Amino acid sequence: MAQKLDYLKETPSQTSGPYVHIGLAPGDAGFDIYRQELGRDIAGAQAKGDRISVRGKVLDGTGTPVKDVLIEAWQADAAGTYPGCGEVAPDFRGWGRVIPDFETGEWSFDTVKPGPVAGRSGIMMAPHITLWLVARGINVGLTTRLYFADEQATNLNDPVLNLIEQDSRRKTLIAQKNGDSYRFDIHLQGDNETVFFDV
Amino acid sequence: MTQFPDLYQRDREWHPPAYAQNYKTSVTRSPRKALLSLETTPSEAAGPTFGHNDIDPLDKDLLRNYAKTGDPIGERIILHGRVLDENTRPVPNTLVEIWQANAGGRYRHKKDTYLAAIDPNFGGCGRTLTDENGCYSFRTVKPGAYPWRNWVNSWRPAHIHVSVFGTSFAQRLITQLYFEGDPLIAKCPIVNTIPDQRAINQLVAALDLNATVPLDSLAYKFDIVLRGYRSTYFENRPEGN
Repeated sequence: MAQKLDYLKETPSQTSGPYVHIGLAPGDAGFDIYRQELGRDIAGAQAKGDRISVRGKVLDGTGTPVKDVLIEAWQADAAGTYPGCGEVAPDFRGWGRVIPDFETGEWSFDTVKPGPVAGRSGIMMAPHITLWLVARGINVGLTTRLYFADEQATNLNDPVLNLIEQDSRRKTLIAQKNGDSYRFDIHLQGDNETVFFDV
Repeated sequence: MTQFPDLYQRDREWHPPAYAQNYKTSVTRSPRKALLSLETTPSEAAGPTFGHNDIDPLDKDLLRNYAKTGDPIGERIILHGRVLDENTRPVPNTLVEIWQANAGGRYRHKKDTYLAAIDPNFGGCGRTLTDENGCYSFRTVKPGAYPWRNWVNSWRPAHIHVSVFGTSFAQRLITQLYFEGDPLIAKCPIVNTIPDQRAINQLVAALDLNATVPLDSLAYKFDIVLRGYRSTYFENRPEGN
């Protein structure tokens, strides 16, 4: 026998269920309760940077849109600074909640394009947005990253994209330019299953 | 730029697996390829913060935050506890959000069609920030059990959904708390996605007679543990190598 390690165990996760919007976005559940809902603006109108919008769907293993998903987005500002890690652009929050249309499953959000951020040991990571997905049927929130197709050179040197062994899977993290916006569909299963991270 | 220490690895055998065949919705919504393990980078180590400008004091009182003509119907309870990390350090000033069905087991959501009545005085959500010691509290009614479509005759035990942030975005956690003594806990396919009984016990809030309000409300205590941070005792690699 040895001494007992006295660490606590992390509280285990449970699915957010289908009614996650009641708690995190009650306006979308169909009622008005708070003075302000949190996560409505990732980057306010005054925040500096290139304004972008991202659209997509989350698809299950049968290709059906997941209409009750809730996504949280987390990103650095246009200069590559995260809130809490230095001075960020005024009116920039870096975090927001994304809720799909309950009929179609299509979601979209507006923000500014993030700048590159120094990763471990100072190696630069290409501009990206971290996405965290919860829904009925998802037992532990899923973490992924959205990179931008028009950042080809920086993507090639991104230390996280380069951890992905298969070329074909790396593509699942690249949002494609589509007119004025980027398209980013997330596949929970199947041949095009999105890369999810254990962070 | 601020340096964050690395987080302890998440124990994936303590959490439920993505695919749990008895919780049928997970079958088509569970990734089947291995997760890509990533050492902490600033994208995961940093995280959003919230302050008292973001929320109002009444937000944590579910008996009053949606009341129109009086108090909601149901068993009045205090729900309280602490947010700690795996090193037993309190997590102060972190956002805790909850949502739940009313005392009859009905959610105020445009997609919930269960025949139990909507309570006109109950919204079913609340939010608060932990204090400097990591403590939080809510006042609400005990939610009812309700049927759901999994097997033909599946019932959820009474539960409250809990969402917590912590300091790093990789500590982000959503879970559900159950109530001590509820016989439906052991029968629930969602509870039973968790393989280890000790982990399930961690989700059961304890009746706490010390925190009741006599002649007014019962109380349950629910502590929440987020991932801890690694200590750096020795620097074994200079920056940049």
